[in-house]
Amino acid sequence: MIGYLVRRVGQSIVVLVLVTMIVFGLEQLLPGGPARAILGTHATPTAVAAFDRQNGLDASLPQQYWTWLTGVVRGNLGFSYVLNQSVVSLLGERLPKTAFLAGVSTAIALVVAVPLGLYQAERRNHLDDYAVTTLSFVLYSTPAFWLALLLIEFLAVRNHVFPAEAPQGGFSAIVADPKAMVLPVLTITLVTIAAFSRYVRSSALDQLTQDYVRMARSKGASKGRVLVTHVLRNAILPVVTLLGVYLPYILSGTLITEEIFNYPGVGLLFFDAATSQDYPVLLGVVLVVATATVVGSLLADIAYAVIDPRVRYHRPGGAS
Amino acid sequence: MASSLPEPTHEPTHETARAAASEPVPSTVPEASRRRAVALESFLDNRLAIAGLVVIVLLVLFCFVGPLVYHTNQVNTRLAMETLPPGPGHPLGTDDVGYDVLGRLMVGGQTSLEVGVGAALVAVVVGVAWGAVAGYVGGVVDALMMRIVDAFLSIPVLFLLLFLATVFRPSVPMLIGVVGLTAWLIPARLVRGETLTLRTREYVQAARTMGVKAPTIIVRHIVTNSVGTILVNATFQIADAILVVAALSFLGLGIPPPAANWGAMLSNGLNFTYSGYWWLVYPAGIAIVVTVVAFNLVGDGLRDAFGMDRRR
Repeated sequence: MIGYLVRRVGQSIVVLVLVTMIVFGLEQLLPGGPARAILGTHATPTAVAAFDRQNGLDASLPQQYWTWLTGVVRGNLGFSYVLNQSVVSLLGERLPKTAFLAGVSTAIALVVAVPLGLYQAERRNHLDDYAVTTLSFVLYSTPAFWLALLLIEFLAVRNHVFPAEAPQGGFSAIVADPKAMVLPVLTITLVTIAAFSRYVRSSALDQLTQDYVRMARSKGASKGRVLVTHVLRNAILPVVTLLGVYLPYILSGTLITEEIFNYPGVGLLFFDAATSQDYPVLLGVVLVVATATVVGSLLADIAYAVIDPRVRYHRPGGAS
Repeated sequence: MASSLPEPTHEPTHETARAAASEPVPSTVPEASRRRAVALESFLDNRLAIAGLVVIVLLVLFCFVGPLVYHTNQVNTRLAMETLPPGPGHPLGTDDVGYDVLGRLMVGGQTSLEVGVGAALVAVVVGVAWGAVAGYVGGVVDALMMRIVDAFLSIPVLFLLLFLATVFRPSVPMLIGVVGLTAWLIPARLVRGETLTLRTREYVQAARTMGVKAPTIIVRHIVTNSVGTILVNATFQIADAILVVAALSFLGLGIPPPAANWGAMLSNGLNFTYSGYWWLVYPAGIAIVVTVVAFNLVGDGLRDAFGMDRRR
């Protein structure tokens, strides 16, 4: 277990270092380099040269990377010249909101998808399984932005059930108007349920063919008992890793959702930065979001190892 | 636990665990061709997958042969004929600058399908090469190559694409390249997992003993025997690429007009939701959903046919 943990943490550190290299590489892609990106296209060559000197951009690439990296480690992610605020303080405001949106949506999706997937597995190839499968295929294949706008059209505009705009401001605004959170959360939840329930269904189908299920049935356990006490535990194990793997997709979903519902999280920050070409913010967000994903999937794998002894005692990856 | 062999580190994420587990029992007969025959038979038994395939064929005919039969002007705008409701002459009406919607659906579909297939092709070629080399070489090289995959995989696709779209001017080849280069990671992982099992097979060992060079082994034995995994993944990649390109269009960073694609048509049409111009929204939206569902059904069918784990 300890060996597994050490190796897994080591891998994550290597991945994080590579992530910083990718982000640094992205910065080099900027047209005209960071100086032009920040000073604008009309900056004079003298101004660009002065900026480069001040910010150490005339040094060699490895040197620049090292300077940048030490800054990042000390919590300096750059400064947004568009919003006149440091990227760290912007992220400090926005990150908790995105974490909240993604967390609540994922939690609800799990609560719905796990029983749904189990039920489908039990009823496989019956009419209701086909119906749910079809529905999840369609949901999964609908562009998230269209789904969000359909929800707004039918639940906010034509029938005034929920507000079309997410709560503005801090968490107090969310507490004051929880109804306004419904549509943003529902958008992400619906897409996620579609993906998760297919997964749980497959995972449960695998389990239903196992010997222990036949054993339990032959002892006279009811269908429901077999599902809940035997299959459920084994079928949701892989879901833990799925969460880690799926995190970037959920974050991509928050980008679209936050833009549509004007929810002031990291996704909206990123979108606004992309439209105003605010490169320090873009790079800072990519770095932080990627770090969150790496840490998330590390935690998921550790959780998996804690729950599933096969990972601990056998060759990792052999358990499935 | 000290069981960490010099074996490449093998994280218990699904892609790898699944790919390793998906290998059927070894056999001595020309494995690849026999497996393909069995797979074809089982695929043809899957009615949903066949339905998906039929839909795809119809869509391709609609988009590529349709314009030869149904002639419309998709170049010049005609503002006098804007937002006409469906009726004689315009079965699906006209859009906000006077283009015939049915004709535009055909032309736009060409772009959407081309970008989807092109991006999937790029992703699969890069991913297969990367995964096969990593898995075959093994050791430190493999570990490093897979950590690079992990690093890219940790950046949410839309964030990376949105960034790249602000740097490069969007065009069809650029979208194919960029979407493809963000999507090669999953095929790389899958093929690497497959390679780890394949390289221990007798015929690969035999080839190696006979002095066959590594590149030849990778192409002749590893890649040909992973063809199932590759095909299944490519199908899903097309579906995902179509959705991603649509999302980019919505975020305002897709292919600029007058070139048409379904994503751009849908996001443009959504501006008119409350004017009652439903024919600007639903045809393009439904075209996307139907296409993506069809590719997913075919992918699912292929995956079952090749006896792979049903989890994606």
